[in-house]
Amino acid sequence: MRAMAGGNVPLRRPTAKGDLSKMDNNVIVSLQNIVVDFDGQNILNGLSLDLHDKEFVTFLGPSGCGKTTTLRVIGGFVEPKSGSVFFDGKDITGLPPYKRQVNTVFQKYALFPHLNVFENVAFGLRLKKEDERVIRSKVLEMLEVVGLKGFERRNIATLSGGQQQRVAIARGLVNQPRVLLLDEPLGALDLKLRKEMQLELKRLQREMDITFLYVTHDQEEALTMSDTVVVMKDGLIQQIGSPEDIYNEPQNAFVADFIGESNILDGLMLRDFRVEFAGNEFTCVDKGFARNQPVQVVVRPEDIKVVPAIQGQLTGMVNEVIFKGVHFEMHVEQGGHEWIIHSTQASQPGEVIGMCIGPDEIHIMARTEE
Amino acid sequence: MVQKKSLAAPYLVWMAAFIIAPLIIVVYFALTDSAGNFTLDNLMTIGRYSTVFARSLILAAVATAICLVLAFPVGYFLSRLRTSKQHIMQMLVMLPMWMNFLLRTYAWMSLLEKNGIINRILGLVGLGPFEMINTSGAVVLGMVYNYLPYMILPLYTAMTKIDQSVVEAAQDLGAGMGKILTRVLIPLSVPGIATGITMVFVPAVSTFIISRMLGGGSNLLIGDLIELQFLGNSYNYNLGSAMSLVLMVIVLLCMSFTSSFDEEDMEGVV
Repeated sequence: MRAMAGGNVPLRRPTAKGDLSKMDNNVIVSLQNIVVDFDGQNILNGLSLDLHDKEFVTFLGPSGCGKTTTLRVIGGFVEPKSGSVFFDGKDITGLPPYKRQVNTVFQKYALFPHLNVFENVAFGLRLKKEDERVIRSKVLEMLEVVGLKGFERRNIATLSGGQQQRVAIARGLVNQPRVLLLDEPLGALDLKLRKEMQLELKRLQREMDITFLYVTHDQEEALTMSDTVVVMKDGLIQQIGSPEDIYNEPQNAFVADFIGESNILDGLMLRDFRVEFAGNEFTCVDKGFARNQPVQVVVRPEDIKVVPAIQGQLTGMVNEVIFKGVHFEMHVEQGGHEWIIHSTQASQPGEVIGMCIGPDEIHIMARTEE
Repeated sequence: MVQKKSLAAPYLVWMAAFIIAPLIIVVYFALTDSAGNFTLDNLMTIGRYSTVFARSLILAAVATAICLVLAFPVGYFLSRLRTSKQHIMQMLVMLPMWMNFLLRTYAWMSLLEKNGIINRILGLVGLGPFEMINTSGAVVLGMVYNYLPYMILPLYTAMTKIDQSVVEAAQDLGAGMGKILTRVLIPLSVPGIATGITMVFVPAVSTFIISRMLGGGSNLLIGDLIELQFLGNSYNYNLGSAMSLVLMVIVLLCMSFTSSFDEEDMEGVV
């Protein structure tokens, strides 16, 4: 097995061997039981994760959840206290960054201030001692891909934030890495530019046909760009799935709350397809829970239909109406719970309205201890 | 603007009285003989002392080079520490400077002497005694010891401006330690290197205390030579002024050389 050729890897081999045989060919990066401590503080608590080749994967979570640390473990900048990192089937846990086939786009770009645009992008190729003509053609081609044709001689400090970001991306991609790591690369850009760059990054990933591992705390960004979203909290993975899965089928209250706005209520699963919450019984599409099992119910704000009070499954009083551009956000008091409803029709504060929730719009999760 | 200019007036007066005027006096004496007649003889005779000039330049250059090599890793190490630790370490670097210069150099005399501390310790294990004092090596040692902080501090200041992520980016792109040094750290430290070289080389090339105390009579430097013309037996302040003038030109050339590096780098940044 060629994958075992990384012979200078100590100790962890026996367990690795077992895991390797289970790995499917498509996996490019595999993290196994990664533990990272900083000053005795646990950042990653035994994180295990397989990442598939040629995917756009986003690590999403609040600050301090360990998403950047995960990226730095893959890049080789943080050595885990225990656990293994596999790249294309080889254990690269102890390998320094300069020997890894990944490149990173850093949060603050980290461009070389003493080099111009061309030399920044050429940096990796020059270290590989590529032929000058090859370097020239590759760099120019990459600058064209990121839309910086004609900027070769420009100084880094004369570029705008968005342009610097493009240089940083070109500098990584020109080395043709198997995996590009991006650590909140759009964080410093304004909203409009950020939206443009999101689409552009997605296009680049498809064109280059490589894996992008992307760290962000912006859930909308994650949903827009990703093939797979990894939701993290406190150094643990909360859920892995497609953006649709993560949004429509959150596995726990944290994910439901973090990905978009949610109404989360305690409920009781009466029997299959029948759930009780907010003082009423509803038909739902979930089954397989025990009879009368306590559950949590998630209803997205845009999935609640506002109807006249007598027609509603629930009735509540409007506390507040906020105009949000495309829709109105309403806070509705019902049975001691404040619901959030998104609707294109505004009701008046103080008005009593009815609410209808269809079976498809009710998402049921086993209740987690918080 | 006029008001701001007037704020500099006290210094302008100071400069005229204590910098410009003495300079004119030095130039005057350098170009006259003891009777006050114009002559170039003083400058011509300096050729006789070319070995002393060469020695001064070489020893100062060697000391500067050693300082640079020693200070570079220290500066980098300091710049990567946490801010609170940086302050403590910075103080430790400057600590020797709080002690009197003469005292420090005297201390080296007693360390390096024939029956000084180092030779006595070596004697215990059957080595030596070595001839350490009154050598050019001792002079270089004295220069390095006294001027090292002036190299460390500008390097450290320049390096604090190098973001750690830039170093990581170089690593990420395939640079090992050697390449990080030559492709990133050294180019980005050029302003600090230029300042450090100036701050060490200039006092080292004109010192006379260090060479007299640690170099004995055989390692005369320009500084000693000039001192002799004013305070020694040969008492010839016309020649002394000419020597000072030549030294000043050398220093000026050295400074314009290093500052040209500095400017090049600034062009790169702006």
